[in-house]
Amino acid sequence: MSAVMITRKVRKWEKLPGKNTFCCDGRVMMARQKGVFYLTLFLIVGTCALFFAFECPYLAVHLSPTIPVFAALLFLFVLAMLLRTSFSDPGVLPRALPEEASFIEMEIEAANGNVPAGQRPPPRIRNVEINNQIVKLKYCYTCKIFRPPRASHCSICDNCVDRFDHHCPWVGNCVGKRNYRYFYLFTLSLSLLTIYIFTFNIVHVVMRSVDNGFLNTLKETPGTVLEVLVCFFTLWSVVGLTGFHTYLISLNQTTNEDIKGSWSGKNRVQNPYSHKNMIKNCCEVLCGPTYPSVLDRRGLMQLSPVSEFSANDTDASPCSSSTDSSNSSKTLPSTKRAILCLHKPRPPPIRNNPTSDDLKASITDTAHTSPAHSQAEESSAAKTPPLATPETDAEASVAKSH
Amino acid sequence: MATEFHNLQELRHSVSLVTKVFIQRDYCEGTVCRFQTKFPSELDTRIEPTLLEETVKTLNSYYAEAEKIGGQSYLEGCLACATVYIIFLCMETRYEKILKKISGYIQEQNEKIYAPRGLLLMDPIERGMRVLEISVFEDQGSGSSSPSSSMSSAGSSAR
Repeated sequence: MSAVMITRKVRKWEKLPGKNTFCCDGRVMMARQKGVFYLTLFLIVGTCALFFAFECPYLAVHLSPTIPVFAALLFLFVLAMLLRTSFSDPGVLPRALPEEASFIEMEIEAANGNVPAGQRPPPRIRNVEINNQIVKLKYCYTCKIFRPPRASHCSICDNCVDRFDHHCPWVGNCVGKRNYRYFYLFTLSLSLLTIYIFTFNIVHVVMRSVDNGFLNTLKETPGTVLEVLVCFFTLWSVVGLTGFHTYLISLNQTTNEDIKGSWSGKNRVQNPYSHKNMIKNCCEVLCGPTYPSVLDRRGLMQLSPVSEFSANDTDASPCSSSTDSSNSSKTLPSTKRAILCLHKPRPPPIRNNPTSDDLKASITDTAHTSPAHSQAEESSAAKTPPLATPETDAEASVAKSH
Repeated sequence: MATEFHNLQELRHSVSLVTKVFIQRDYCEGTVCRFQTKFPSELDTRIEPTLLEETVKTLNSYYAEAEKIGGQSYLEGCLACATVYIIFLCMETRYEKILKKISGYIQEQNEKIYAPRGLLLMDPIERGMRVLEISVFEDQGSGSSSPSSSMSSAGSSAR
């Protein structure tokens, strides 16, 4: 019988855990709730449209044609920064694959020793010393990793994000290591745009009122009232936010750390990441290297339909090619059993290059189900550690309330 | 397709995964990407500590170069900002260039040093830059650990 292996090639983003939405075949990555993002877009585009429609013709003629040109450039910059913040990967850390998770579990259990029955095991924390400061690395029960310093788990997106700042509903995405500078540039340029539009609205109303009278001006350009209202409220919030983030950048802190008071100075705790120099801190955050995404969203992976067979046959043990028809409970033809053996009964590990690594990875997959490798079986059977509980500490609840 | 199966089944006889060893990140210097140079005890009998240490140190130096904050990164950052980051559509960032070098280096190390000893290094980027994964294989067929021929043949046939 000839083997017909019908496998589907899918992009990795389709199988990524977490609560993100992906668009354009994995090129765009956002949070699930996008309503507020659309509102942001609408407000920016709408207000600028009104400005170009009502104020710009008058100002271009009576003041200078550079006014609308500069406004247009600023508007495009704001939009670009907003879209870049919203659509890029904030620095999501991929979850641990089963082998890594069990390796970490074994290390934890070895470190804890014997916990008497009925007693709560110690919290899963690793201490590292960074710049003469002890930093605690917490274990993430969802991602099954010890979070790197400054990383945090976003409960809205259900991902651990590196250098997690906050989850911003206005941009519809988390703000983390990879998109923080775009977020900052967005708030900064939006502040400038708001101030610009507000100022020229006032100038326009004043200039026109001198000729026509105040009420007539408002009747001729009704958009002005709307613009002034939007700009007035936006000014307070966005300019305030820009100021706050400028302060954070100069201290090399994240919003998350600021809220938790991690480096507030109590107990002589100081920020180990700060260069103690405002310029250096700003340069690092804004002009640092552009970190690549470690989530290979557009890579291809094989999705074999055999995983459906193995759902009924989870302990698909032995896959030696010798005729073990008794092993699998189904009477599969030998070729299909061979396929079963070549693919492990769990979701396949993420494989990037289909070269020798792929071969060896598929070998490792088969090896996992070999009876000789009892250790792997034990660890794979104990996928959820017996002591795993969802995070119950206060900080987790604070994070969830964001 | 049939030929590939044939090779895979052959390989399955000859080599099997014993365990995976994970070298964790070293955060002593902050959030810069660095891996611990501490030699894992599981690899005691498989490889000389100096070789692994050399590999890890070289990888660390690559990552340090990629994440260096200096003239070149400022220039790249400012240029990118001035072009509203459109330049990244045409240009590869410095970090990406170095990642390619790292991937080439790991492949070369696997071919020369690790595969003959029945080990396989996984590029950290495939594990989210969290760990350096080393798969330990053992030659099943012959009983004694002489995986060199099977591993290198696997390597050469797959390329």
